[in-house]
Amino acid sequence: MARAARTLLVAGPLTFLAVFFLWPVGAILARGLVTDGSIRLHSLTDVWRDPGLRHVVGFTVAQAALSTVATLMVALPATAVLSRFRFRGRAAVVALLTMPFVLPTVVVGTAFRSLGITGSLTAIVVAHVFFNVAVVVRVVGATWRGLDPREEDAARSLGAGPVRTFVTVTLPALRPAIVAAGSIVFLFCFTSFGVILILGGPRFATIETEIYRQTAQLLDLHTAAALSIVQLVAVVGALYAAGTMTGRVRSITRTAAGRRVPTSIRARMLLAVGLLPAVILVVVPLGDLTIRSLAHGGTGYTHLATTPFGAPYSPLDAIVTSIEIAIVATVIAVGLGIALATALTRPGRRARGARLTELLVLLPLGVSAVTVGFGFLIVFDTPPLDLRTSWWIIPIAHTLVALPFVVRTTVPVLRAIDPRQREAAAMLGAGPAQVWRAVDLPVVTHAAKVAAGFAAAISLGEFGATLFIVRPETTTVPVAIYRFLSRPGATNVDQALALATILMLLTGVVALAGERRTRLETRLETRP
Amino acid sequence: MTLTLTDGTVRYGTTVAVDAANLRIDAGEIVAVLGPSGSGKTSLLRAIAGLEPLASGALAWDGEDLTALAPHHRNFGLMFQDHALFTHQDVLANVAFGLRTRGVDRRDRERRAAAMLDMVGLTGFDRRAVDQLSGGERQRVALARALAPTPRLLMLDEPLASVDRERRDQLAQELHRILRASGTPTLLVTHDLDEAFTFADRIVILDRGRIVQTGSARDVWRRPGTRAIARFLGVTTELECPSGAGFVTTPWGPLTTDLAGTVVVGFRPTDLRVDPDGPVTGVVRTTWFRRDHFVVEADTSVGPITARSALPEPVGASVTIAADLDAAVLVEPGAPEA
Repeated sequence: MARAARTLLVAGPLTFLAVFFLWPVGAILARGLVTDGSIRLHSLTDVWRDPGLRHVVGFTVAQAALSTVATLMVALPATAVLSRFRFRGRAAVVALLTMPFVLPTVVVGTAFRSLGITGSLTAIVVAHVFFNVAVVVRVVGATWRGLDPREEDAARSLGAGPVRTFVTVTLPALRPAIVAAGSIVFLFCFTSFGVILILGGPRFATIETEIYRQTAQLLDLHTAAALSIVQLVAVVGALYAAGTMTGRVRSITRTAAGRRVPTSIRARMLLAVGLLPAVILVVVPLGDLTIRSLAHGGTGYTHLATTPFGAPYSPLDAIVTSIEIAIVATVIAVGLGIALATALTRPGRRARGARLTELLVLLPLGVSAVTVGFGFLIVFDTPPLDLRTSWWIIPIAHTLVALPFVVRTTVPVLRAIDPRQREAAAMLGAGPAQVWRAVDLPVVTHAAKVAAGFAAAISLGEFGATLFIVRPETTTVPVAIYRFLSRPGATNVDQALALATILMLLTGVVALAGERRTRLETRLETRP
Repeated sequence: MTLTLTDGTVRYGTTVAVDAANLRIDAGEIVAVLGPSGSGKTSLLRAIAGLEPLASGALAWDGEDLTALAPHHRNFGLMFQDHALFTHQDVLANVAFGLRTRGVDRRDRERRAAAMLDMVGLTGFDRRAVDQLSGGERQRVALARALAPTPRLLMLDEPLASVDRERRDQLAQELHRILRASGTPTLLVTHDLDEAFTFADRIVILDRGRIVQTGSARDVWRRPGTRAIARFLGVTTELECPSGAGFVTTPWGPLTTDLAGTVVVGFRPTDLRVDPDGPVTGVVRTTWFRRDHFVVEADTSVGPITARSALPEPVGASVTIAADLDAAVLVEPGAPEA
């Protein structure tokens, strides 16, 4: 019976993934690789022979590597002082530094553009650092906080100075976490789309934007498919590196004793020096965006209701559309994600397919959203699945993008449930359903709330896939912002800034709402 | 009112955790399974609870076959080693949980849960969060939770393991009182001699998955089945002595016994003492201090002896040793060495 339940929990999400992910992506790859009924790899070698494409691949790797190094340089000092010091406003700083992660790329692109940081490699790298400081603060910070301070005390008592202690004790313990965070950052920068499109301009192309150009503008599916394969290989490699390192990250033992109040002037200086670069990087563009959006007497906002763009739909309609789509995508993603996570973490022997299922769920992380969007267009064009003109195609695409995040945030929480709690409930006469209600449900509810906030933020900001499948009447806010930015004229810029500010507030509120903890949930998390 | 385990075997892959164990618990009886860590105690307990399947063998309650019955239908209470309290529920909800699963209505189950809390001495703790309790308080909540639905069998896994040393004796006595008062047949699993011999009517010794001895607490304490069991039960001096015609002849005089042949006479360190009137003489090899007395290891005319001493006898000193003969342990001749 347990096996049947597990199969049922997995079957729904897997069917969804098969139909809406494997099929369209497979179709794209097939078009690129299959010529006259047989697989030809010449499109792959063509990538290597074409100097232009070779340059694109090289630039993608270079900018991702550069962005990763820059991110670590800005984020590690901030993580260090946040892990070391206790001070008023610490929680607010953490929230501030981690929030950019959920912000739409379009918003960030717009913010940096309005600052004048645009059209250069620096602009791209700075924007990537902006996004990914959050990853380092979260991943490395969690490990740092979990380090046993007594190991450092032991080193100090054995005669090691602060620097030596850091290099010989602290750093080696952190290395797996730093490598794991670094590979995730590299992955995100490698597949970055909106930032490159908006800040890079025509001069800079990465594999992802090139796939977009080849498919949408040049209609060269062979090249696009070959690029998709190159990207897929790189992404799987980065995911694998991150995965092995996460495995080595030490299990976290909570210790409250680790943080000190910075009392000496030296400690305060250290705190300021560690935090300032990261804080300035986050506050300045967002603050500037907000202020500039209010320029010209706020006409950017007032025009939103009146000026139609291209079609009889106003930007305000885009806001309504985005919210509707986000609600639907969140409901589907959280439903499927919780079902999958529950099946993957059921007690008892791990099903053979569990590992494969987990990988399949994470795969959309690595496949270019652009590829997915384009795959939708070429696959879902015949009844009964003629979705090209359907409203549903957008929330479905958003679900695909959000699902890996939902599963990734939920699985560890469910896995942390002490199996003896379930056994205790069973010994007290609770059947399987009652056990689930008493032990799992409170945890699932909490995880679902966090995941929902995450999923909604992702849907609100999704840009790459949406750009392909959007129709005038389903224009979402990110697409509307992009359209405004591509047009000349101060009015269009004002409206882009206004919409970007609204979207920023919307995603921020949604993501924070999911993270808000009740007393019960705090208790669950700090369980001894 | 009798639990019977027949040839119960628990396997994890190719490892045999419990090997063809036979066990019987009668009404009102407290049975302790005693063994070193890794001997399969917890596996045995979990198999009886239904949390671990029996690879072979059968479990029955008064002739009713329980072997394939799901844990939540067995009506057994289990107190986990680290208590496994529900952290998202308060104390009262924890204690009332087993009544809720049995469909007892809210008023009755709260009244019963409050009565259980009174019994374990936690009156008024109803709305406390379980993560704010001390180790001893948690242990009592866990006990109240396990007893509240009046299980037909209560199982305790190292009940005092997570309690501070200084509170253990007091809690052990309380636990004993509560167990006696409830009259529930109880199976206790522990590696701690004090715990086992304080509570149990009957002791089952488990070694590497096999039950090596079963008997009343007194019998097991006085007549360990093998020399290995004797050592596990704290015997540090083993002397081989001749016996026959109803007596075993020890260096300190005769002791009545029905055994014949060469018998191992064992003593715990507290039952031999350095005494000027002692008939056995020897030379001190080492000496150290323990709590309120010294322990002396000496090579004597009858073999190596560990005894207590009021004074720190120097190494190399000659000592004479007296014995509390009534406390001597006898191991049957021909009992296997291991």
